[in-house]
Amino acid sequence: MAILKVPVTADDHVQGDEDAPVTLLEYGDYECPHCGHAYPIIKRIQKHFGKQMKFVFRNFPLSEMHPNAESAAEAAEFAGAKGQFWEMHDAIFENQEELGVPLLLTLAQTLGLSSPDLRSALMDREYAPRVKSDFLGGVRSGVNGTPTFFINGQRHDGLPDFEELVAAIDARLSKGLS
Amino acid sequence: MAQILEPGTMAPEFSLHVTPDQKLSLSELRGRPVILAFYPADWSPVCGDQMSLYNEILAEFQKHGAELLGISVDGVWCHDAFTKDRHLHFPLLADYEPKGDVARKYGAYRDGDGFCERALFVIDRKGRIFWSYCSPVAVNPGADGILQALEEMPK
Repeated sequence: MAILKVPVTADDHVQGDEDAPVTLLEYGDYECPHCGHAYPIIKRIQKHFGKQMKFVFRNFPLSEMHPNAESAAEAAEFAGAKGQFWEMHDAIFENQEELGVPLLLTLAQTLGLSSPDLRSALMDREYAPRVKSDFLGGVRSGVNGTPTFFINGQRHDGLPDFEELVAAIDARLSKGLS
Repeated sequence: MAQILEPGTMAPEFSLHVTPDQKLSLSELRGRPVILAFYPADWSPVCGDQMSLYNEILAEFQKHGAELLGISVDGVWCHDAFTKDRHLHFPLLADYEPKGDVARKYGAYRDGDGFCERALFVIDRKGRIFWSYCSPVAVNPGADGILQALEEMPK
């Protein structure tokens, strides 16, 4: 059973109650269709568990396969540095079919961020080290494709669908209470 | 699940096609660590299948001077098409004739299914198996075990 090697810290992008008993962590790729498919499922799961679960997203761009995945990850980190990570994260997944630098620049503008600043951050690879560090941490934790989920630090080897994720989280919750 | 060869065993020699007109023998790589990754088949219908994942991590393997070899029972032309489609930057060996012969020698052949296990071997500079792992066939084992083995291997 693969175990998360890089603990969740204040540097992570976290959504939900800090003290939630369950942490669902995703290693994802913005250009991966399976991650796009999982995106609304995560939203449903967040709603389902409310304060009992927090959600963490880390970058795992498969750049050889997905030419826009790295720039999308860097753009989300750019927005994150300005306090708008989740807005950008959601906007990218909601427009995944149009993914490319033009879309990223447009989304930045829509969020009230400077698109020229984003363009130069992408050119300078300003957020590449952050993305790389997520990626390598994922590799060390046994990430084996995208999306890979960890529930309280244990890799979820079941399907990344609503039923299986909810069942796995429920199992973890009941274990915690017993 | 098959009983794969264990650490300490000399890695069985092989000579297999990597392209239609080129063969590669394990002994040619003596002096550097070798990662031998048996997998069931080309064209797994998922993003980030095992070989594509290793392709992304190649630089990490190369930091240890290690050579990565993928191996399945698919033929050279199939490997060729798969390599091009996934932009793979490492060789895929065709354990095609006699089918699965090398996989059998490593204990990594699935009789009845007719393809390889997801079995990983890290072979040291002298050709001895340093680490091996067999994953359930439906579970992509990732790369954490390989990297750990490369780190622990005496220089």
